[in-house]
Formats: sequence, C-alpha cells, structure tokens
Amino acid sequence: MIEFWELIKESVRTLKLNKMRTGLAILGIVIGIGSVIALISIGQSSQKSVTDRIASLGTNLITISPNYQRSGVVRSSSVQQTLTLADATALEEAQLSAVSAVSPEYSGRLQVVAGDNNANLSVYGAKAAYSTIHNIQISGGRFITDSDYNSNAHVAVLGPTAVEDLYGSSDYNCIGETIRIGGQTFTIIGISVAKGSSSSSSSADEAIYVPLSTAQKQLFGVSYLTSIAVESVDSDVIIRAQNQVGYFLLARHKISDPSKADFRIRSSEEMLETASSVTGTFTALLSGVAAISLVVGGIGIMNIMLVTVTERTREIGLRKALGAKRKTIIAQFLTESVILTFIGGILGIIIGVATSYGYAKINSSAFTISISSVLLAFLVSVGIGIIFGWYPSRKAASLQPIEALRYE
Amino acid sequence: MSNPKSIIVVKNLSKIYQTDIVKTIALDNVSFEIKEGEFVAIMGPSGSGKSTLMHILGALDKPTSGEYILDGKRVEKLSDDELSEIRNKKIGFIFQAFNLLPRTTTLQNVMLPMAYAGVPKEEREKTAEKFLKMVGLGDRLYHTSNQISGGQQQRVAIARSLVLNPAMILADEPTGNIASVQADEVMEIFEKLNNQGHTIVMITHEPDIAEHAKRIIFIRDGKIVQDSVNKHRRTATSIKEEVKKHD
Repeated sequence: MIEFWELIKESVRTLKLNKMRTGLAILGIVIGIGSVIALISIGQSSQKSVTDRIASLGTNLITISPNYQRSGVVRSSSVQQTLTLADATALEEAQLSAVSAVSPEYSGRLQVVAGDNNANLSVYGAKAAYSTIHNIQISGGRFITDSDYNSNAHVAVLGPTAVEDLYGSSDYNCIGETIRIGGQTFTIIGISVAKGSSSSSSSADEAIYVPLSTAQKQLFGVSYLTSIAVESVDSDVIIRAQNQVGYFLLARHKISDPSKADFRIRSSEEMLETASSVTGTFTALLSGVAAISLVVGGIGIMNIMLVTVTERTREIGLRKALGAKRKTIIAQFLTESVILTFIGGILGIIIGVATSYGYAKINSSAFTISISSVLLAFLVSVGIGIIFGWYPSRKAASLQPIEALRYE
Repeated sequence: MSNPKSIIVVKNLSKIYQTDIVKTIALDNVSFEIKEGEFVAIMGPSGSGKSTLMHILGALDKPTSGEYILDGKRVEKLSDDELSEIRNKKIGFIFQAFNLLPRTTTLQNVMLPMAYAGVPKEEREKTAEKFLKMVGLGDRLYHTSNQISGGQQQRVAIARSLVLNPAMILADEPTGNIASVQADEVMEIFEKLNNQGHTIVMITHEPDIAEHAKRIIFIRDGKIVQDSVNKHRRTATSIKEEVKKHD
C-alpha cells in the first residue's frame, strides 16, 4: 500500500491541477457547513436573548389571565371579564403563604399625544406593587403610588421607548410635561429604565403606566382586569404559589372542576420553557434547511468525482495495468473526495463562525458558538466526502484495465 | 543455460467475442512456449488477433478457453486483484502511447509500480533513479512527462517496466508513436536488456522493428501461421554499419 501521507500529497496535487473545478466542488460544502454553523449559532443566540428577556420580567412571577368559560355553550363576548379587582384584593387579603405580592393590571392600546407627536402605545393600569413584581426600575422621577391610585390621579410613567416615540429621543427629560392619553391630560411623573437590549426593546420599554383606577374608570371604562400578577416568596415555592392561587380563585369563583376554570395561571418559568421550545424548534428548522444545502453540496461532490473518474479513465487503466488493486484505486479517489469536503468543512466552519459573530455584533446580542456543533459539522463534512465519494471511487476501481487503456 | 525455464506456456488458447448477432473468433486454439532469455516479436496485420493475444499475455484480459502459465503460475482463472498482482510483479509493460501519468515527473512515473508493490519510499526513489540513468535519462528526473520527447517518454516507460525485475517485458508497438531515430535507440535498449538476460515479448506490425527479435511469430486470423528463428536479425551495431555505408 502507498503510505497515507503520500496518498494525501498525491490527491492534493491532482486537485490543484483543476483549481476551478475543485473550488466549485468545495464551494457547495462551504455553503452547506457555513450555513449549518451560522444558523445553529444564530438560533441559539436568539433563544438566549428571548429567554433572557423573559427572565428579566421576573423569575418568581405568576400571571393570572382570564380564560373562556367552558361550561357555557357559546362565548359570551370576545373580551373576558372574569377577573376583577375584587379577586386581586381578596388574594392580597388572603395572605397566602407562598405569595408575597399581588398586582392587579389592566392594559390596552391608546393614542398618546405629546405636542406634535402622537403614537399608539400600550397603556398599563397599575398599582404600586407593579414595579416590584415586574422589576421596573425608575431612572428619573417616581413610579405610581397608592395615593395616585386612591385619587385617580392623571399621572403617567413612561418607558424609554415610549419617550423616544413621543419626544424623538429616549434621553429627553420629560418629567413634569403633560401628554394626552386617549384624549385626557396626564402629567409625566417618571421614566423607567430600559429592560430590553439596545437593538430589541422589551414590551415594558414602550409602555405607559397610569394608576389602575384611572385606567379602569376614565380611560377604558371597564371594571374587570386583563391580568393579575402574583409574586411568589421565592422561585422554589413557585409551584406551591401557583396551586394556592389557583384553588383560592376556584373557590372564589365557585368552580369545582379545575378544568372548567375561567382563568389561566402561568408562571414565568413555564413561559420560559415555552419560548425556549419555540425558538428551539425554529433553530432545528433552520438547521434542517441548512442540512439540505449540505446534502446538495455532497451531491455536487459526487458529480465532480464522477466527471473526474470518466476523465481519468486512461490513468485508472494504467494504474491497474501497473498493479493497482481495487482498494488502492478506491483509497485514491476517496482520499480526493474527503480532502474536498475536509477543506470545504474547514472553510465552512470559518465562514459560519464569522457570520454568526457578525450577526451577534450587528444585533449586539450574545455570540454563542458551541464546540459540539463545530465538531459535528466537521465530522459531517468528512462523512459526506466518504458517502458521496464512495460510488465514484467504486466505479473507478471496477474499470477493466483494457477498456480503460483503450479509452481515448 | 542448456535448459532455460519456460516463462510463457500457452496451450489451446481461444478468445471468442460474442455479441447477439456476431461471433468473432479473435484467437483460435493458439499454443506456444517462450523460454527465459528469448526476444520474441509477435507480428500480424491489424485484426489478426495480436492485440487480443497481447492483452491475455499481459494478464489484462482472460481467455475464453485454454491455459496460460506465466512464470509457473496459472493465470487464466485468477481474480481481478490477483491479476493486478501478477501484472505488477511479473510483467513490465511498454505501450505504444507510452502511458505515463500526465503532469507527473519521470521519477514519480518510474516509482509508481514499486508503490503498488509496497516498496518503501527511499528505496523506490533510489531504484527509479538507477533505471532512469540506465536508459540515459539521468538528467531528466524531475521533468514532467509532457516536457520530454516521445522517444524519451518511451525510455521512461522502459525504466518503469524494469523496476520490479519482471519475468518478461511485454511491449505493444513500442516504436509506433516515435520517430525512427528514436525508435532505433529504443530497440538498442531492448537488445541490451535481452543481452542481460531479460525475456522480451514485442507485438508489432513493422517488419524492420520485428527483425530486431531473435524469434518471430506470425499470426493471422487468430492462428499462428509461422513461428521461426529470425535469420536476418538486425542489431544496433549492424544498423550503424549500414548507416555508415550510405554516408
């Protein structure tokens, strides 16, 4: 047998003879491996940014929202009115052991006008507890207090994106200015700290917070809530808190069958799981598409190798006439195809890593690259060389020397 | 060498090409023997079956029936890989079209059969260099095959055929693609090799090339029509004398 290094040197020399073709064959693998690496990395980094954002909402958070009443034949209305302020007050007064805070909330979108600017923004009716439960930090001024709530005060706290929408710059100090929300005049009393990353704002950043009482009675004219946020004492007892809240509300709403509950309870942990499974599926989907391009690249390699075998029929015949055995010829051509995909794999990894790094830089998101995906891509590229080089190599090895020598 | 051993023993060898409509008998019950140290020319017009015979003698093709013993080994029933080994170890091929690897140095071309025989690299290089010097190409070791003349290419092929010390040298129209002066050089090397004891079997249709051999086998329509000692042998020295006479 020819020594391994000689085989590689010989193959590299042969591949160099036809640079254009070699380059094009490699390109297919470069694109395939590059896109697998880049898409897995981009998928993982967006998964991380989504889960980070959810985690920033608070990890001990339980959200209660209205649910369709399944006992009825038809839905009474499109807006569910099953949660009320009385529910929230009762929850608070019950002093459940695993619950540390309760925040009744009403939210809806309204037209907001500041001077000449106007924007359609989310308006949250909130009580003082909102800021602690949802982790809202105030950069200037103050958040809504109980006295604002009690007096139906026309005061508002703006998220930084909302400030930007209304005043053109998020740095603008608008405390003390007045804005019109849904046609009513409000005084700005505070600005919250940005929660999302610089590129993608969190929904909390474009919100406007007003006292719940003002929102319910004067802005939206409703008596019900869109959600009640509950904070558990710590993240270990979140399940217990969920159960306590659930049974308490079932009893209050006089529902005996939990499956017929007119409300839904979700913990931030569940949301985290849902979101990461969604983005995980998305990543898998993208990688699947990239994997298809890798297979196409492999077929390209096979095509080139078949052309090479046909073109070098005389050479193969000569080699066999001079004593090359089947496995020698197979080894020669397999080495060539594996070298093609090996080089393609390395270049693909470089390009894939560079692309995902560039993506992370542009979106100022986290740059995550897993060694396992690089290693896998590398093995896959070599594997493709073997799989798609196998048939052409066998074809070369089965050529009869006289047929091959006669071939012009 | 009162009783030299047989290199080639061919008994009742036939090769029949059968298609749906036509049955072509390329070789019809051919028998002969070639002993060590012989220099045999196999002659015949095109279509006579001499190429088929060359392919079978070269272990490149299998006969339809009959026996072929090469250097004491039955060849006609061997597998593809076993045939590869026979060709590698026992036969030194010289082709009409030289068949060197393109864009490869002469040294590497000559090293190739040794690589398939598993000879270590240093030894391969040394042996290849020795034989290239022997055929007068010691200064062309690192030229690629397309940088040298046809005659030189054929001399590279001769060097390549010798490196594993084969039982016989099998030359198929060795001078068919080269100029006559260079052809004489090639034949001179053949004579020298034969004088050193190499068995040479040469297929040709050119009478003046065949006349370099000691024995000539004529073949026509797949049969041997004449097998005799060459009484009018031309040698390199006789040619040189002839050339002198004309001057």
